[in-house]
Amino acid sequence: MSILTERDRQAVRAELAKLGGPVKLVVFSQSLVAADLCRENEQLVREVAELSEQVSVEVLNPAIDRDRADAYGVDQVPAMVVEGARDYGIRFLGVPSGYEFSNLIDAMIVVSTGEPELSDTTKSSLTGLAGDVDIKVFSTPT
Amino acid sequence: MRLAQHMAVASDRVRATAIEATEFPDLSRAYRVMAVPKIVINDRVQFEGALPESDFLAKVLEAASAVH
Repeated sequence: MSILTERDRQAVRAELAKLGGPVKLVVFSQSLVAADLCRENEQLVREVAELSEQVSVEVLNPAIDRDRADAYGVDQVPAMVVEGARDYGIRFLGVPSGYEFSNLIDAMIVVSTGEPELSDTTKSSLTGLAGDVDIKVFSTPT
Repeated sequence: MRLAQHMAVASDRVRATAIEATEFPDLSRAYRVMAVPKIVINDRVQFEGALPESDFLAKVLEAASAVH
């Protein structure tokens, strides 16, 4: 059974028409750790990827693909890296449903263009950062 | 998450992780998540609820400049 309804698919397809280039969703799954959530995450990602030819999916197992997981800094599942022309450092831990789903679509669009929608002040402030900044955003599906 | 992920694209220094709180109870406990959205920057600056872009930026700069 599909996770996305036909109405969802139409809305997502319209959003993904804004993609400015290829997007790769690198999904981390490990059935021994969180089988149901990993399965749901993979299914959701594949349903999204079906809606645009610009979107590709790669599924990795952090227990097997250890070097890749380390390189991406992923040590929990289900997890996903949203990559455009390069890895911009955007990660989703858990199944991005509900409110997070719209953030996933937004992330795909912004990595595809490489052009963040931020004020010039914000952009120039971020360019001047002297150290690394790790932002964690906790949310729930509703 | 929207502002955080746009900031990640704007700067190589910034990394943004969305965490589904109920699926990661250990992380949520470790970061004392009582309400969502909860934002934690560099494990040291934190706040709950959405902020306008300029206020969010101020939190990012505060976290980036804090003494380790």
